[in-house]
Amino acid sequence: MNAPASSYKKEDFETDQDVRWCPGCGDFAILSALQSVFADLGVPREKLVIVSGIGCSSRLPYYVNTYGFHGIHGRAPAIATGVKLANPDLEVWIATGDGDALAIGGNHLIHALRRNIGVKILLFNNRVYSLTKGQSSPTSELGQKTKSAPYGSIDPPFNALALALGAGATFVARSIDAFLPHLKSTLRRAAAHKGAAFVEILQNCLVFNDGAFGRLTDKNARGENLLVLEDGQPLVFGRRHDKGLRLNGLDFEAVVMDGGSADHDVLIHDERRSGEGYAYLLARMSDHADLPTPIGVFRDVQRPCYEDSVRAQIREITKEQGAGDLEKLLRAGSSWEVRE
Amino acid sequence: MRRIAEPRNKLKSTKALQAAVVRFAGDSGDGIQLTGSQFTDTTALFGNDLATCPEYPAEIRAPAGTLPGVSGYQIHFGSKDVLTPGDAVDALIAMNPAALVASLSDLKTNGIVIVNTDSFKERDLRKARLSSNPLDDYTLDRFRVFAVAITTLTRRAVEDLKLDGRIVDRCKNFFALGMCYWLYSRPMEPTLRWIGDKFAENPQLVEANRRALRAGYSYCDATEAFQIQYEVPPARLAPGVYRNVSGNTALSLGLIAASQRSGAPLFLGSYPITPASEILHELARHKNFGVITFQAEDEIGAIGAAIGAAFAGALAVTTTSGPGMALNAESVGLAVMVELPLVICNIQRGGPSTGLPTKTEQADLFQALFGRHGEAPAPVLAASSPGDCFTVAYEASRIALKYMVPVIVLSDGYLARSTGPWRIPELDDLPAIKARYRADPDGFAPYARDPETLARPWAIPGTPGLEHRVGGLEKRDVSGVIDYDPLNHERMVDLRARKVAAIAREIGPVVPKGDGDGDLLIVGWGSTKGAIRAAAQARRAGGRRIGHVHLRYLNPLPPNLADVLIRYKRVLVPELNMGQLAWLLRSRFLVDAIVFGKNQGQPFRQREIEAKIEEALR
Repeated sequence: MNAPASSYKKEDFETDQDVRWCPGCGDFAILSALQSVFADLGVPREKLVIVSGIGCSSRLPYYVNTYGFHGIHGRAPAIATGVKLANPDLEVWIATGDGDALAIGGNHLIHALRRNIGVKILLFNNRVYSLTKGQSSPTSELGQKTKSAPYGSIDPPFNALALALGAGATFVARSIDAFLPHLKSTLRRAAAHKGAAFVEILQNCLVFNDGAFGRLTDKNARGENLLVLEDGQPLVFGRRHDKGLRLNGLDFEAVVMDGGSADHDVLIHDERRSGEGYAYLLARMSDHADLPTPIGVFRDVQRPCYEDSVRAQIREITKEQGAGDLEKLLRAGSSWEVRE
Repeated sequence: MRRIAEPRNKLKSTKALQAAVVRFAGDSGDGIQLTGSQFTDTTALFGNDLATCPEYPAEIRAPAGTLPGVSGYQIHFGSKDVLTPGDAVDALIAMNPAALVASLSDLKTNGIVIVNTDSFKERDLRKARLSSNPLDDYTLDRFRVFAVAITTLTRRAVEDLKLDGRIVDRCKNFFALGMCYWLYSRPMEPTLRWIGDKFAENPQLVEANRRALRAGYSYCDATEAFQIQYEVPPARLAPGVYRNVSGNTALSLGLIAASQRSGAPLFLGSYPITPASEILHELARHKNFGVITFQAEDEIGAIGAAIGAAFAGALAVTTTSGPGMALNAESVGLAVMVELPLVICNIQRGGPSTGLPTKTEQADLFQALFGRHGEAPAPVLAASSPGDCFTVAYEASRIALKYMVPVIVLSDGYLARSTGPWRIPELDDLPAIKARYRADPDGFAPYARDPETLARPWAIPGTPGLEHRVGGLEKRDVSGVIDYDPLNHERMVDLRARKVAAIAREIGPVVPKGDGDGDLLIVGWGSTKGAIRAAAQARRAGGRRIGHVHLRYLNPLPPNLADVLIRYKRVLVPELNMGQLAWLLRSRFLVDAIVFGKNQGQPFRQREIEAKIEEALR
């Protein structure tokens, strides 16, 4: 039998399946973080469902001892939507990748976010197709050499967070496989959000795109390239925390904080800022070479969840019309009787 | 009450008929479908057996007055079994020249033509691309023509109401309907009542439409031109309570009934597509049955959500037509693999590609049977009449829940929209249907099978101790863990096939209608039933020894079908495609089935099948 939810350990969420990722894959860290977070959530194991599509990321459900559904390529948001609508009491998580979510499944992703269905979407972004052995993905960078672009990619990449914000996501965050504590806290925040939560996890593929995020994870480089978002705190980065972000017209610009007047212009991070503009500027920072890449929670706002609206309408109509009577329904309209 | 017609004018003669075929035709904006369905409802309440065939253009408002813009509604009603909407029309009501021209070839010699002369002006003729006025040349010589200024007479009937001219002209279809009620001795009360309900918020419209209806009726009664009034006495239907239903309505009701009786909440994932959308519309209305209707971003999202809902314990359904079915193919394969209950309804239309969205066809049988990669068997059922859509939807749900399998239901554009009297079943007479959720963790394994049905357990999220993973990868027998072992794969392929094949045990033997052996067996499926039955009856009356088998189960096929096939010298398979069922029968039973295909976007006519029967017997 299941242990009480309050006393779960990480091991309670492990399965007897051999994990089949390559040794050293960033996915191991994500799996481990998720199992730890699940153990802490206090949600009964039977109420957790992980849905996935296809790709390395999407093998994850097999390795977590909850209900799991390894779907088909790109369709995890559709399947998860059905699960959540059929039973809103379930906590539904999606494991997906950059190809799965942003190429073949792009349509389902944006509509899930538009509806604000209460599912947690973990997008493992390694900027490459790995399970099919190294083709370009929708997040591959311009010039990135892959098996399908041996002379360098000429497809401009998607910015996953900007896309999610554009689709109306109510919770948008980014973390990195290499930063376990940050990853865990980001997953906890996603778990606590009511509505669709979108988390991009930058994930290293050792085999086909090693070091893709080296400038963000490397001890010597990350200080200048990474900005860790904290709600209510100024947007500050730099090895010596000496740089900040301010608005210049409708764009961000980095300024050196030297005790001068520019220090006062540095923006304070606000996850609940009304309007998507601010979060969108943050999301777009990773596309600019002269700006650092933010991680953390970009946006966390409330909007009615789809599953609640669906149930509320059913309740309302049922209250208005009374519970359905099958016999009456079949005889509705003009009916007539033929006697013997 | 319902069998009492309006008081008869003593100066006119009446003539009893066993059956009649009436067609209303006009612009798609003329309210033709409404007029036709009012005539149908009245006729159903009057007690006739009937079959209808609404037909309208793919465009919402095709250019007014043109041939592509013609909307038609045909009803065949009678005092005996009515099996088809009728081959040939007894009375045509043509609201404009295009409607007249489009219908003439279907009109019986000496048939009645009522035309609205107000819409036969020079300009109207040009729109219909006519060089001369058919009312003035020899076009209508074979028919009994009643040229009536319907628009003018309608205006006159309501002129003191001081309504806007456009509103007034929209009442003219009720004038025409009133004429038809007189012609076929139908009561006006049901429509007068309906007008009162429909326009309750606008008393002036109620008055105007009612006046138009009565004016049309009185016009025929008073005018010398109309001398004969027809009577079509009520039919002797089996005892019971009846209503008139379209296939799409009946299918929706069947799904709700299956949900209510099984205890599994109904979940529909759907994406709008002609001619399946009415099912989404209908189910969206019945939220007080706990029905969840989810209009997805595309058909893949629709079936994906349905599969997710099935995983979570719903009676999950997706409804679509051919193009959507094509998009669904990969997901149907997933449902086969994860062995979850799912009902997939394909309301077929003319294909390939966008094809003929509003026309009917049966060319998706192969797609239903084989349209997936890998060995992916699924039960396939086809409905054969509007009312049968209820039975088939219910039965498909029952099979899905019992065997944990996706089931494909085939209907088509003709069944979807056509209507007929449906005997409402007593709830206690419906077959047993049950959602069997696994709760006991003791001895649970995701792919351990019921020894009889081979169904795996339905262990839904939320159930403690039954946490498990499913997915599209091949599963090890019993344990359900990923397994690429060669012999395991072969065993699983075999198990999935045997599970579907075993459903045949539950299908009763087919019993041919007509002769139990003889010269010709006609095998059909789906919406062609009425036309085949009528043709077979007619040819048997002409001395032929003919049997007719109509298949509801296309996969698995009824267990005794092979034995039936060999009892006849020849086998004829009429279907609205190039011979897909015939191909199946040839392949399965090595029978030299004669293909009779029709690919015109139209249902069979009785006489077409009769001619083919005679040809086959030559």
